[in-house]
Amino acid sequence: MNTKAKDRIATGVFYAMAMIIVAVLFGLLFYILFHGLQRIDLQFITSSPEFMKAGGGVGPQLFNSLYLLVLTMLITLPLGLGGGIYLAEYAPKNKVTDVIRLSIEVLSSLPSIVVGLFGLMLFVNTMGWGYSILSGAFALTVFNLPLMVRVVEESLSSVPREQKEASFALGITHWATIRKVLLPVALPGILTGAILAAGRIFGEAAALLFTAGMSSPNLNFANWNLLDPASPLNPFRPAETLAVHIWKINSEGLIPDVREVADGASALLVITVLVFNIAARWFGKWLYRRLTAS
Amino acid sequence: MVSNEYALKTNDLNVFYGEKHAVKQLSIDFPSHSVTALIGPSGCGKSTYLRSLNRMNDLIEGAKVTGEIWFDGENVNHSAAHVRLLRKRIGMVFQKPNPFYKSIYENIAYGPRFHGVTNRKELNEIVESSLRKAALWDEVKDRLHHSALALSGGQQQRLCIARTLSLNPEILLLDEPASALDPISTSKIEELIQQLKANYTIIIVTHNMQQAARISDQTAFFLMGELIELNDTNQIFTKPTRKETEDYITGRFG
Repeated sequence: MNTKAKDRIATGVFYAMAMIIVAVLFGLLFYILFHGLQRIDLQFITSSPEFMKAGGGVGPQLFNSLYLLVLTMLITLPLGLGGGIYLAEYAPKNKVTDVIRLSIEVLSSLPSIVVGLFGLMLFVNTMGWGYSILSGAFALTVFNLPLMVRVVEESLSSVPREQKEASFALGITHWATIRKVLLPVALPGILTGAILAAGRIFGEAAALLFTAGMSSPNLNFANWNLLDPASPLNPFRPAETLAVHIWKINSEGLIPDVREVADGASALLVITVLVFNIAARWFGKWLYRRLTAS
Repeated sequence: MVSNEYALKTNDLNVFYGEKHAVKQLSIDFPSHSVTALIGPSGCGKSTYLRSLNRMNDLIEGAKVTGEIWFDGENVNHSAAHVRLLRKRIGMVFQKPNPFYKSIYENIAYGPRFHGVTNRKELNEIVESSLRKAALWDEVKDRLHHSALALSGGQQQRLCIARTLSLNPEILLLDEPASALDPISTSKIEELIQQLKANYTIIIVTHNMQQAARISDQTAFFLMGELIELNDTNQIFTKPTRKETEDYITGRFG
């Protein structure tokens, strides 16, 4: 067989692989949306679930997913940025930092159910936060932090060395160089990591079962008192997310329209992730343009 | 051409990279408002020497610089020296143009802003005068807020020179500033160096011997980390005193 034919076969194989991936994605999307979209309407998105009869919605669960995302990112982003900046810019090469890197690797391969049980032990019981959004947010932080640190470190390390030299040669401090020169260039990579982390927050169920809990109290969306159990913003209330809700009604739901609610909630989850993805990328592009004048 | 006043002197300067002795006992005086060219084959230590003058070798793990660097009546090669202030007063331009991923304006304003200039009007003036000094103003004045990365390589390098000039340094260290550029951009940079000589002391590393002959007042020839010969550029290129220098400039090696 000559080289040309080999080349053509290899190209064909890679095309086929790409097509398979795209086909699987669109197949899944189509399946989920086809079954779920019929159920989704304003009532479904805004009203509370029913426990015995048909016609319930997933309003609180959708809100919980979004609120948990915000809380988790509020904790994960500063920690991830700090850790990543330390490892990329300040950490010397020695035994201690080797151990840190190894720990991050190990942490990132922990099964999420183990992270959930750890969260139950530490945040729910020892810290005494109970089944709450805050416990969930911290458990998800444990879950997402390795990813975030890694991404920040890699994005910073891939900024051309000359950029750093140029800034240092102007007599500018390391910290100012990181903030003004390195981070803006690293932004697209960091953002991709943050979006991945956010996707895991939306989709995670196992780590939340024993931390954020499997129930949601009756919420009064006019109540802005952070400490009131009926306030949606109270971080100490239990908060079942969309993903957990799908799992729960599928395994122990008593409502007659289990199937429709599960389909609708799945479609809603997919749409939320998509919208979030697109919005975050759009915002990231806008920010990158602003910072780099490109 | 050589005046009596020296902007910078080094005394028995050594640079070690781990075990490697890259620069050996170098003593060179740099007259004010003149151009000194450092020439020699690759790996002879000329860039390493240049980078120790503004303490950029501090950034390299395992690098050690011993000896004295006299600048403004002070030996700046010790830990108590104010390195950031030193780098502000001794500017550096690198081999590969390295503008920041920012607008043309921000590339220039970045340094002065960090060093305390916050007034918008003042910054505007610094940006304009720096770009004028680097002979770039007319080419970019209508797109100051566009990305610097859209400029050509030669323009980028002049922007990097302007960026350095924005801090009003006394000495300019140029590390093969034209080696990545085409002949036209190179001649623009050379022209610029000739103009800048009036106000700055310039030390330039170059691989290009014609360039050294064209633009410098004195030339230092390096070989294997040692200074072989230091003299007026005319002398070096017409009557070198050392055999190694002659071999190098006549192209017998390197």
